[in-house]
Formats: sequence, C-alpha cells, structure tokens
Amino acid sequence: MIGPFLGVLFDGIAYGMLLFLLSVGLSVTLGMMNFVNLAHCAFAMVGGYTTVTLMHVFGWPFVWTLPMAFLTAAAVSVIFERTLYRPLYRASELDQVLLTIGIAFVSVAVAAWFFGTVQQPIQMPPYLRGSVSAFGISFGVYRLFLIAVALAIALLLIVTLEFTRFGATVRASVDNQRMARGLGIDVDRTFAITFALGSGLAGLGGALAIEIVGLDPSFAFTYLVYVLIVVAVGGLGSIGGSLIAATLIGISDVAGKYYVPETGAFLIYLVMIVVLMWRPAGLFARR
Amino acid sequence: MAMTASTPSTDPHAWLRRQTRWHPVEIAFWLATLLPFFLFPNYLVLASQIAITALFALSLDLILGYAGIVSLGHAAFFGLGAYASGILSKHGWGEPLTGLLFGAAVAGIVGYATSFIIARFRHLTLIMLTLGFGLLLFELANKAHWLTGGADGLQGVKIWPIFGRIQFDLWGYTAYSYALIVLFVLFLVCRRLIHSPFGLALRGIRENSVRMPAIGAPSAAHIRKIYTISAAIAGVAGALLTQTTETVALEVLSFARSADTAVMLVLGGAGMLYGGLIGSIIFMIARDQFSGIAPQYWYFWIGILLIVVVMFLPNGILGGLSTLLARWRKP
Repeated sequence: MIGPFLGVLFDGIAYGMLLFLLSVGLSVTLGMMNFVNLAHCAFAMVGGYTTVTLMHVFGWPFVWTLPMAFLTAAAVSVIFERTLYRPLYRASELDQVLLTIGIAFVSVAVAAWFFGTVQQPIQMPPYLRGSVSAFGISFGVYRLFLIAVALAIALLLIVTLEFTRFGATVRASVDNQRMARGLGIDVDRTFAITFALGSGLAGLGGALAIEIVGLDPSFAFTYLVYVLIVVAVGGLGSIGGSLIAATLIGISDVAGKYYVPETGAFLIYLVMIVVLMWRPAGLFARR
Repeated sequence: MAMTASTPSTDPHAWLRRQTRWHPVEIAFWLATLLPFFLFPNYLVLASQIAITALFALSLDLILGYAGIVSLGHAAFFGLGAYASGILSKHGWGEPLTGLLFGAAVAGIVGYATSFIIARFRHLTLIMLTLGFGLLLFELANKAHWLTGGADGLQGVKIWPIFGRIQFDLWGYTAYSYALIVLFVLFLVCRRLIHSPFGLALRGIRENSVRMPAIGAPSAAHIRKIYTISAAIAGVAGALLTQTTETVALEVLSFARSADTAVMLVLGGAGMLYGGLIGSIIFMIARDQFSGIAPQYWYFWIGILLIVVVMFLPNGILGGLSTLLARWRKP
C-alpha cells in the first residue's frame, strides 16, 4: 500500500520538476511585463527538437545537447521578442493572446513539416537508464537526474534573483515597473534578458521532457495548458511559488491518473479553478 | 458602420436613434446572404454551417468585442446548446424550435451561474478561468459516455420537420433557410441591444470597468447580463448545428472551436457586429477550399494570418476598410 503511494509521489515530483522548468520563465516575464505569451511552449519545443536533431543527425551525447537546447531556444526567443513582441507591450491582452497563439500555430506546422507528426524517441546514455532501489521502492535514475537538475536551477535562480544586482533590477521591475523606470532601471533591457533566460529554461525543459512525455508537434499546445495552470496557481513573478505549484500540479496529475484514471485531466482543471477562485492572483503572488 | 461614431450631439437619444438607422451597405449585405440559393445551390450545406458559425461568432462578439471579456472557452456554451438539443431529441422530442429554446435555456442557465465568477475577475485570471471551464466541460462530456456518447459522438438524433411540415433535405435548402432566419432574428436582437444605453455602457466597461460604476453603470451586473445573453445565443448556435447535422461530435466543446471563432472575430473586426459574420464567411470558405491540405498546415496559414492581422490590421478587415473609407472621404 505504502510502496505504490511513494512511487506515485516520486513520479509526481519528477513530473512537477519538469513543469517547473517549462513554466518558470513564463511566470517571471508575465509578472514583469504582463505580456500573455501563449507561445512559451513553442520555445520549449525548439529546445526539444534541438536535442533530437543533435543526437540523431550529429550523434552528440544526450547530456551535451542540453546546453545547446537552452541556447537555441533562448536565441530564437530573442529574435521573436525583438521583432514581434516588442511592438505589443502596451497592446490589449487580446492582441497579445492572438499574436502568440498565431506563433504557436505556425510553430506546430513548421515542426510537423520538418520532423513529421510522429513521436521522436531518443536513446538515453547507460548511466541515466535503469533504477536504484532504496527503502523497498525503485527510483528511476532519469527521474532522479531530472529532479536534481530542476532543484539546482531553482536554487541558482533564487540566488541570482535575491543576491545579485541583476536580480534586484528584475525584482524591482516586477514589483513596480513605473517606479523602476523612474529609478533609471532599463526595464526593456531587463525584460529582454529575462525573456531569453525564461525561454532558454523552457527549451531545456522541452529537451528533458522527451524521455518522460515524448515530443511531437502538438507539444506547443498540450503542455501550454499545464504551464498556464502552474503560472496561474503559483502566482506571477514568483519562483518559489512556481516550484510549489508545479510540484502540486505534478503530484495531483500523476496521482489522479493512477488512482482515479476515469477522471482524466478533469482533476487538474478543477484544482486550477478552485485555487483561482480562492486566490485570484495565485497562491504566492508577489503583488 | 455603427462604430464609426460621429461626435455625439447634445441630445443623447437623438444620437442613439441615429446610430440605429440602417445603412444601405447593411441592407445589401443581408440581401447578399440570399445569393447562395441562386448562385451556389450545391454549397447550401456549407452556407448553413457558415450561418451557424457566424451566429456563434456574433455571440462571442457581444462579450469579447463589446464588453472586453477575453474568453478562450466560449465553445462550452456552443457545446451545451448542441448536446442539450441533441439529447432532448434522442429522448423523443425532436421539435426544432423548442429544441433551440431548450439549447438556449441550458446554455443560458449555465452562463448565468458562471457569470458571477466571470464578473469578479479580469486579465490573466479571467482568461485562465474561461479556458479552465471550457476544458472541464470537454472532459466531462468525454467521460459521460452514457449521456453524450463520449468520443463516438451522440447518435440517434432525430429532428422533426419545422412547423410539422418543412422537412430537412439532403441539399441543405431547409437547413440554410432555417439557420439564416435564426441568425437574422438574433442579429436584430443583438443590434438593438448594442445600440441601447445598455450597449453603450458595455463599451464603457470595456474601456474602463472601474470608472463606469461612478456614472451609474454597475460593471459587474452588466457583465453578468451580457454574459448570460451571449451564452444563450451561443447555445442556439450549437442547437442549430445539432439540428442541421443530426449528430453531435465531441468537437463542439473543443478548445479549437473557441480559438477558431476568436480568430474569425478578430479577422473580421471585433466590436463591430458584422466583424464576426464577415470573418466566419472568409474563414469557412477558405477552410472548405483548402480542405485538401493536411490540418497542421492549414493552421500554419491561420497563424500567419493572425500575426498579420494583429500587427497591421488592429481592427480587422472591417476596421481597415472603414479607415480607408474615412481617408478617402476626407483627403
């Protein structure tokens, strides 16, 4: 009884860490600029396909492709930020929603054109395969690796945000954009860097997700809903909030699918609606 | 059209009345909707689908274009209407007009219940809530196989002839006439609503929902009203789809339907009453013509179109046309 329960808990936490990587960038950029970016998971997909291409075409080992997934997604997002997003910062949220849905549609079609609509399987290196046993439960090595990477990144982000000068400008811009501008902070530049970092992290998440949830062109929309739920529940601009919300959503999704499979994704949507009605700005909103 | 408002004169009632006057272009538009009967008799089934989609887009325009409520889950009400009338007819009552009313009532009641939540929130929270409700309902219909048929769709819908004598035919002659008349009647209702003081208040709420109560227009109450009305009209559109196709697919509740309709509305021009109609005509005809290409590539062009409209045509095709017209008149 307790064995399967701990197994579900472990899988849920691993899944939650994945959701955290995918959503943390969106949470910070949304908190700063109020820009509703529904193409966020399209950038994650860029990272995923970078890893697939590097492994299949160039024969790179999996771990080495991860930094490239981060860099490619960040670079692509900078191009979009400069050309399409920038003119719409002051536009209505409807315009932002439509523009970014448009970009996501295009990304799905482009991915289908180059890679086909099939799943992209990748071969894990031997040291990330298999599982280790402890306390009578077996833990998948890859999931342990995923949790370690996500926690390291979360720690790095929190330290950067709390203890560096750049982090201080980010926090100031999220808390009060006008006042930050008044103090001479270049909010637009801060935002551009944060946006690239966030998209890069999404790209990394996309690459790490292949082994857990697979990769096909519909990724840009399938996980968008989960990412938005994490952001909305965690509260805008809060890294700790995103981490806790992602873990919560990850565990309830895996537990829901394991214990009450007939409800499907129903449970997640219900959790989101209830949380939003109770705390409209999310559980850990900075504002 | 209605939105190219001149400066209001001193008498608000005279101004409102002037806004409601029929423009010759409007009359020409509605006469043109009769053309498919003579020019494209083979495409009447498509024409009836367009009329239904246009009605749904019109209902979305009421909340999105006029009241400024960005909803990504409006297909929930379309689907509710579709399933309500379908299930009613499956259980032995296939009379079309009461079927429409039943669809409207079910969607309207659910719309009224959720409107209390909708009116309390704005921005991202609101978008997420509408999205969440839409997805929730989709999952419910998917799982409630005994009631809705789940992913197989609702089978066994049997619609009686209209008024007991006009049969639905294979060529869509009845279907198009029926859908067009319902669309026109509800369009008149919406037009009247938009040009009333209530409609003006809605536009005020869209621009600034905090200030409107200060001049005596309670924002929350108005949003509740228009959301309920919009839900009921969406329910009628869904019921029309059920009655003209005699089946209900799970797709009526899908996110894709909500997103497509928002695309049509923005393409035509939101907040202009005719925007949704024009947008759905273009969208549906294009989809029919390009149905040969695989759906994922079809969405490539939709995506490009969305980017172009947002970047270069902020008020859609109608907005672009009226700007051109204004420039041409005043050189």
